[in-house]
Amino acid sequence: MMVLICGLLLMLIGIWAMLIKKNIIRIIIGFSILDTGTHLVIVAIGYVKHATAPIVDKAVNISQNAEGGIQVLGKVVDPVPSALVLTAIVIGLAVTALLLSFAVRLYKVGNSLNINDYEELKW
Amino acid sequence: MPEIFALILLIVISLGAAVYAVFTKKTITALIASGIISLSASIIYLLMAAPDVAMTEATIGAGLTTVVFLYAMKHVKGGEDD
Amino acid sequence: MIKYLLVFVAIIGIGYIFLPFVMEFSTPTKLNPLATSYVQGSVNELNMPNVVTAIVVTYRGLDTLGEVTVLFLATAGVGFLLKRKHDMVNHRRKCSEILCTGASLLTPLIVLFGVYIFAHGHLSPGGGFQGGVVIASGFLLLVMANISFHFSHNLIHFSESISGFIYVLLGLAGLVLLGANSFLDPRYLPAGKWLDIVSTGAVPIIYSIIGIKGGSELCSVIDSLQHGGTEL
Repeated sequence: MMVLICGLLLMLIGIWAMLIKKNIIRIIIGFSILDTGTHLVIVAIGYVKHATAPIVDKAVNISQNAEGGIQVLGKVVDPVPSALVLTAIVIGLAVTALLLSFAVRLYKVGNSLNINDYEELKW
Repeated sequence: MPEIFALILLIVISLGAAVYAVFTKKTITALIASGIISLSASIIYLLMAAPDVAMTEATIGAGLTTVVFLYAMKHVKGGEDD
Repeated sequence: MIKYLLVFVAIIGIGYIFLPFVMEFSTPTKLNPLATSYVQGSVNELNMPNVVTAIVVTYRGLDTLGEVTVLFLATAGVGFLLKRKHDMVNHRRKCSEILCTGASLLTPLIVLFGVYIFAHGHLSPGGGFQGGVVIASGFLLLVMANISFHFSHNLIHFSESISGFIYVLLGLAGLVLLGANSFLDPRYLPAGKWLDIVSTGAVPIIYSIIGIKGGSELCSVIDSLQHGGTEL
């Protein structure tokens, strides 16, 4: 619950930084804060009270059922949000690198990183 | 009970670092603050029983993202603080 | 001034959208049925202790394939935007004795640790993406220490493309050997013993391929960002 609220506040701070800043690098830092907040929210949704990590070893209670299979009795955390966040973090790094290379290219062309100096898309 | 205190401490640190990253004047301090957010988020993942995610966040979020930002700031020298 | 007011109103509005979600949310006390079936299936069908790896590689394997594709596209975009000059003169200072020796001593150990992480991804926390990132950070140490070390770009691009190709081939092998509806199903190799490193079918091979691919992509990103942007 606390982690969920923390993630939502980080998302709001990230959106605020993206809207209020003029420097392109600072906008990308705001994007990275927004990314971290989203991952915290997704992990907080999958948490189960007093549960262990989703790795079945000696710490988790197991028993044999009638057909000879293994029945997991101990409480584990929901593994689906963990898997989603795992891939989302890696994609986040790649997208951040792409954004930064656009910023570097823009600086080579226009010699400024202030977003008010680029007026081609204003009307 | 100690886990709750650690969680509250980490949440306060990450929120404070986020607000500092928005308000500070120099870009490089904002970058270090965003690295602190990622590092405390990775310990939060460990307390939330997701060790795979904690590993990924600690290596990518706090390690490689900061270095990628630093390399990009090397190429835009002179324009990063306006 | 009007801009700050508008930003403030926008932030309040987005926070108001999140409010019912926070109000209705309560931390669950037991697992939902889908996750329960994934846990049971991972233990019984695939013989794999780490459920997260089971979901990433097998149950949602198509997602991982799409993710690797997105990673490849982003890397190609970075390489395209930051072309590197061929006759690049090195302006940086040569590394000192201690730095050279330390970096060249540590890099093979870091690469070995990355290989350990992705080879044990089905037994313990870790896996392809983490191992690949650790390998890329070993490469980063070499680049930052400025050792006169020529990392072949052809090698990076070759390992990147060949591992992506082998990943799709391993998925298609499941489709050929096990029949319909089994793309990326690893059960065409024997399941092996519980907690053995050669077990759970083809999962260690697939995760190692993902690790090599992720590591070479991130090495390529670091290399482009380090040299790039000097010519237009």
